[in-house]
Amino acid sequence: MANLASDFIGIKSPNPFWLASAPPTDKEYNVRRAFEAGWGGVVWKTLGSEGPPVVNVNGPRYGAIWGADRRLLGLNNIELITDRSLEVNLREIKSVKRDYPDRALIISLMVPCDEDSWSDILKRIEDTGADGVELNFGCPHGMAERGMGAAVGQVPEYIEMVTRWVKKHSRMPCIVKLTPNITDVRKPAEAALRGGADAVSLINTINSITSVDLDDFAPEPTIDGKGTHGGYCGPAVKPIALNMVAEIARNPETANLPMSGIGGVTTWRDAAEFMALGAGNVQVCTAAMTYGFKVVQEMISGLSDYMDRKGFTSTSELVGRAVPNVTDWQYLNLNYVTKAKIDEDACIKCGRCYAACEDTSHQAIDMSEDRVFSVKDEECVACNLCVNVCPIEGCITMERVAPGQLDQRTGKVVPEEYGNWLEHPNNPGNTCAAE
Amino acid sequence: MTSNALTPGIVAGRLPADQLSDNFSDLHPPLDDHEALVAADRCYFCHDAPCATACPTDIDIPLFIRQIATGTPEAAAKTILSQNILGGMCARVCPTETLCEQVCVRETAEGKPVTIGNLQRYATDTLMAAGVHPFKRAAETGKKIAVVGAGPAGLSCAHRLAMKGHDVIVYDARPKAGGLNEYGIASYKSVGGFAAKEVDWLLQIGGITVENGQSLGNGLSLDKLKADHDAVFLAIGLPGVNALNVEGEGKDGVLDAVDFISDLRQASDVASVEIGRDVVVIGGGMTAVDAAVQAKLLGALNVSLVYRRGRDRMNASVFEQDLAASKGVRIITNASPKEVIGNGAVREIEFEYTDDDLSPTGQTFRLAADQVFKAIGQTLGGSELPDLERGKIAVTGAGRTSIEGVWAGGDCAAGGEDLTVTAVAEGRDAAEDIHATLMA
Ligand SMILES: Cc1cc2nc3c(=O)[nH]c(=O)nc-3n(C[C@H](O)[C@H](O)[C@H](O)COP(=O)(O)OP(=O)(O)OC[C@H]3O[C@@H](n4cnc5c(N)ncnc54)[C@H](O)[C@@H]3O)c2cc1C
Ligand SMILES: Cc1cc2nc3c(=O)[nH]c(=O)nc-3n(C[C@H](O)[C@H](O)[C@H](O)COP(=O)(O)O)c2cc1C
Ligand code: SF4
Ligand code: SF4
Ligand code: SF4
Repeated sequence: MANLASDFIGIKSPNPFWLASAPPTDKEYNVRRAFEAGWGGVVWKTLGSEGPPVVNVNGPRYGAIWGADRRLLGLNNIELITDRSLEVNLREIKSVKRDYPDRALIISLMVPCDEDSWSDILKRIEDTGADGVELNFGCPHGMAERGMGAAVGQVPEYIEMVTRWVKKHSRMPCIVKLTPNITDVRKPAEAALRGGADAVSLINTINSITSVDLDDFAPEPTIDGKGTHGGYCGPAVKPIALNMVAEIARNPETANLPMSGIGGVTTWRDAAEFMALGAGNVQVCTAAMTYGFKVVQEMISGLSDYMDRKGFTSTSELVGRAVPNVTDWQYLNLNYVTKAKIDEDACIKCGRCYAACEDTSHQAIDMSEDRVFSVKDEECVACNLCVNVCPIEGCITMERVAPGQLDQRTGKVVPEEYGNWLEHPNNPGNTCAAE
Repeated sequence: MTSNALTPGIVAGRLPADQLSDNFSDLHPPLDDHEALVAADRCYFCHDAPCATACPTDIDIPLFIRQIATGTPEAAAKTILSQNILGGMCARVCPTETLCEQVCVRETAEGKPVTIGNLQRYATDTLMAAGVHPFKRAAETGKKIAVVGAGPAGLSCAHRLAMKGHDVIVYDARPKAGGLNEYGIASYKSVGGFAAKEVDWLLQIGGITVENGQSLGNGLSLDKLKADHDAVFLAIGLPGVNALNVEGEGKDGVLDAVDFISDLRQASDVASVEIGRDVVVIGGGMTAVDAAVQAKLLGALNVSLVYRRGRDRMNASVFEQDLAASKGVRIITNASPKEVIGNGAVREIEFEYTDDDLSPTGQTFRLAADQVFKAIGQTLGGSELPDLERGKIAVTGAGRTSIEGVWAGGDCAAGGEDLTVTAVAEGRDAAEDIHATLMA
């Protein structure tokens, strides 16, 4: 079994699977059970300033999207930060950390946007024994209206300023949690780095309305006839989160900024993908909220088996391995030509590829009287739609047309050499080829 | 109750009431909402779907399943019923394993088809439970059409004609409408008086009068019908039955399977239906299987189904053969009846082994029997009919017979399988042809 031990900005944990700051980490009872189940670390549910805690709604706070068999695909919430008193939380954190010294315990914080508030809270948590702080600049609902959470996270200058305060008033490692509700995630990441952050974590939840009740004409979840946007998370958000992680990883300015990957991590494979794109570890919320703490056992065995298969002895060998292969569209090799190929023996003759290609793409699939489906190489642009809609995995494959061979569609021989848009004669910005 | 499985002779109440009602409950219990969504999600929404091609009534199966998947079962029902007005009954009785589900691509892929029949039932049940009849009549045409026979073919034809604005009078010899839906289909396929409810629901279209106790050739004449109506549609099914033509056939206890089934269907309480201890069913089709299975469900101790050729030649589908076997029916193949033995009532029946081309082998055996059901095929019979072709009414196109102005469809007409769904398709298509002819 591969060694999954993780060192994230100096914070050690037996594995790279942390629970994200959320209900699973809202109290001692939960966190102890999480550690017993095998989680490597937790980011404690976000704490606010001293004084009366926030209150949550008393109607439904979650909404969801399901597959036909009620598999939960996406979750949305309008929960706020912890609604328990600061004193109780701090006492519990201290007691848990004392009993689980080998696990990572990070405290998530969100207080008003002034230096005193931050220096106060940092003082209060100093003697808990916690391993670090995470600044919640991401919460998209409820707190933003009060000038916290996403209201800070959407303004890079504020991120930088607050991060600077935190580094000034505390020696703890500092992770800045980013909101995805912005246009370019590199900007807040750069700001965090400038402010002195040791790492960023992303993504927090995405502004969302899960559905609308078409009888009451109210968004879900509905409270007394009204609803509000919530934060979206779970499997549905993973592709968005992966891209944001990759954007930061390949941005020269932030390339060395450690990241904790969050957003839809449900299986070991999701975790490995985040890590391959540069995340040093991952945080999980919805998968635990859906299936309970035990899911971590599958993540541990799956990642470990994968690493054994690959011959990786440490998770650091996986981290960032896919980053060099993430590029801009303009650098993609236009001389790489493929054609769809249908395996007639595997084909069950549903005709989906035909309908998709015929109706919405390039009329490149032929359907015979007796339902034999085949690709017309002279029409196929290799868009991959048929592969994506075919219900049989591996039935349609993309086969490369080797350099030197004729591309039936263009009537041209496939060039040997790499050639991208920048060099393409159709590119108006390309002066040399236009001669 | 004093009788049990071992009681000799033909008696009622071999099983306790609760077991009987269990035995005669739904063969495929209806899907609940969630099950329907899960089942519907398995459909790939095939292009030019093979399942729809295999459906004799051409129901747009991918469309109706998608309508279920999106939470609109009433719309799904309308998709079904616009092609097949008896979609509710067909969902229960179609041998889907040899029709739509046989060619479902998921059957091809993994041997587990989308459960089209169950989904069809879910949709049609939902609509019917809401008491909705989704079709309206066109403006009245003033044309009057006679339909003879109120089985699936006749009802389907009548509904389509009424929808087109014609007036329809349906004549049927039996006291209730429905044909074999009411008198023939196995009890466990159509529970809770569904056949009668479906007829009532169908008639909500208006413009259809049903006259029961009216028999063609016995009071009603085809000439008179022709004279009094603009067109005639014959849908009398196959009212006769084939005889065994063996010695002793007339002994007590030897019955036509269809009569046994019909009595069972009409019994107000299955506990009052009498059944033998040792029952022998002769035949290899759906009727034979239904009789054998229901004999077993009534509590007969031994039920043997004896067919003269090999298993692969049986008309009953593999699913039905397996159903029979699972209920404890013993299937004996390659044996023809020779003689019914007994003193007044049947006691035993002698068979001779025959090979697949029916040549006798000279080897015989006997089975104890206090009841024998004959299920070796139904016949048309009757006089005053249009020209026949191999014992059925000859038709061309959409059911046109040799007599102008007279159409025929369903079991009584040549061509097509003898199935409820085929009868519905033929009735519908004849109605379209009658309409086109009358309005030309
Ligand atoms: C026991 C049994 C089980 C079956 N099970 C299935 C099954 O599970 N699935 C399936 O798809 N098919 C099944 N079938 C076949 C199916 O029932 C028939 O194919 C279908 O009913 C044919 O419809 P029809 O309208 O042509 O005839 P029928 O349903 O036979 O209706 C004919 C009607 O005409 C009336 N009639 C007859 N003679 C006259 C007359 N002279 N004058 C006036 N009215 C007359 C009859 O009373 C009857 O109402 C079964 C058949 C039998 C016998
Ligand atoms: C009910 C709920 C409450 C949350 N509360 C917080 C919070 O207090 N602080 C925080 O930083 N993130 C909070 N989050 C966001 C999660 O920590 C995490 O970033 C997000 O759910 C994406 O991960 P996932 O797809 O694994 O759920 C919350 C999420 C949920 C579902
Ligand atoms: S999950 Fe638990 S707390 Fe939430 S609504 Fe259900 S029972 Fe109540
Ligand atoms: S989608 Fe796949 S299985 Fe369906 S017809 Fe096309 S190749 Fe065959
Ligand atoms: S063949 Fe099967 S999967 Fe395809 S449309 Fe029909 S029911 Fe759906």
